[in-house]
Amino acid sequence: MFKSKDLLGIKDLTPKEINFILDTASGFKDVLARDIKKVPPLRGKTVVNLFFEPSTRTRTSFTLAGKRLSADVVNFSVNTSSVVKGETLKDTALTIQSLGADFIVIRHASSGVPHFLSKILNISIINAGDGANEHPTQALLDLFTIRSHKKKINGLTVAIIGDIAHSRVAKSNIYGLTKLGAKVRVICPPTLMPAGIDKLGVDVFHSIEQGIKNADVIMTLRLQLERQVKGFLPSLEEYFKLYGLTAERLKLARDNAIVMHPGPMNRGVEIDSEVADGPQSVILEQVTNGIAVRMAVLYILAGVRR
Amino acid sequence: MPKEILDSKDIKRVIRRIAHEIIEKNKGIENLCLVGIQIGGVILAQRLASQIESIEGGKIGVGALDITLYRDDINIKKEQPVVKTTDIPFSITDKTVVLVDDVLFTGRSIRAAMDALIDFGRPAYIQLAVLIDRGHRELPIRADYVGKNIPTSLNERIDVYLDEENKEDKVVLVRGH
Repeated sequence: MFKSKDLLGIKDLTPKEINFILDTASGFKDVLARDIKKVPPLRGKTVVNLFFEPSTRTRTSFTLAGKRLSADVVNFSVNTSSVVKGETLKDTALTIQSLGADFIVIRHASSGVPHFLSKILNISIINAGDGANEHPTQALLDLFTIRSHKKKINGLTVAIIGDIAHSRVAKSNIYGLTKLGAKVRVICPPTLMPAGIDKLGVDVFHSIEQGIKNADVIMTLRLQLERQVKGFLPSLEEYFKLYGLTAERLKLARDNAIVMHPGPMNRGVEIDSEVADGPQSVILEQVTNGIAVRMAVLYILAGVRR
Repeated sequence: MPKEILDSKDIKRVIRRIAHEIIEKNKGIENLCLVGIQIGGVILAQRLASQIESIEGGKIGVGALDITLYRDDINIKKEQPVVKTTDIPFSITDKTVVLVDDVLFTGRSIRAAMDALIDFGRPAYIQLAVLIDRGHRELPIRADYVGKNIPTSLNERIDVYLDEENKEDKVVLVRGH
């Protein structure tokens, strides 16, 4: 069913493919609940994590996902590699392929890097975040989490609050949620709202009170603190005052609405601690689900005919 | 054209006989449990368990085991197999585990099932019950309990239909696929 050797973005996936990944991830969640959290399908395969940007969750998650599948996992440390000596991305990637990698999990500050690698390499490329473009495995684990609470995605109202313009998590989630039939609302100050975002099939809100009304799912995104310095916001306190997800504002959503955040959180900026640690928060579940989803992605790509 | 080998009455009798054989061989049902291999062995395991319980009294554990992740043909198969549920809600260590499957063929599924089982614990014994043995073993695997031996050629196929409501059960031989 899966035709591509790579996972570059949600944009290229069909709803059927997305659901296949999510169904497979359910099976792997069982594995993670066992005493012996190891299964053999990727035995002898090598996964290389090539992260040019910092990461806690994604990198560790991919490392564990590979290990649980019995793969050999190598974490490539960019700042102690020859990249520091000026070696190009292309040469770095070709070298890693020649060292016997079967998968490269790549995170890079420039959009399109995974797509470039997928063309020059024969091995599987998994996009772990490319610039402001996409972060497909984050969206997949978010969809998985929503599905595990709400049974289906079709017809749900999902509110995404945060720096939409600079967020690859928002982008991937918008693609995924709209493909699966959810109604997506994006909420943020006008300075952070990209022009033409409505063409992706979302409803645009500048008021959190309006946007969050009767939502089934609220996704808060990390506000990158540098934005304040660059003049997009007057101050972080102002952002929290107008757009922070507080317990009061949460009441405007459905009673059983779930609160999500891809992490890492800025407590007191985009989300109040009371909500982050509250009963409607599924933030830590997202992290656990991330391993199952990434196991599913590795497993499925391993089975694609070359 | 498909030839019916067993109808639902035959299947009922086979299950009754195998249930008796399991109890006889193990001298009772102490430390006994059944694990059905997804997909075909799961319903069979449940029916066998009910039969055993109604003969001996008492209850035995029944689990379902998915072997997709332990297969040796991940890179060869045409279609990507879907990972299914594994649910073994009891400890198998020191127990007699009877693996249950519908058709025994090359033996590779059973090899995979044993590898999967060992990751869950250390059974005292592993036995194998199958509805149909169609021959053509590629590994040194044999069943302890067999419903029916059906010699087949490699271009034939055995299809087992087990309906939840016990109505449409049948085993069918399909030629030349």
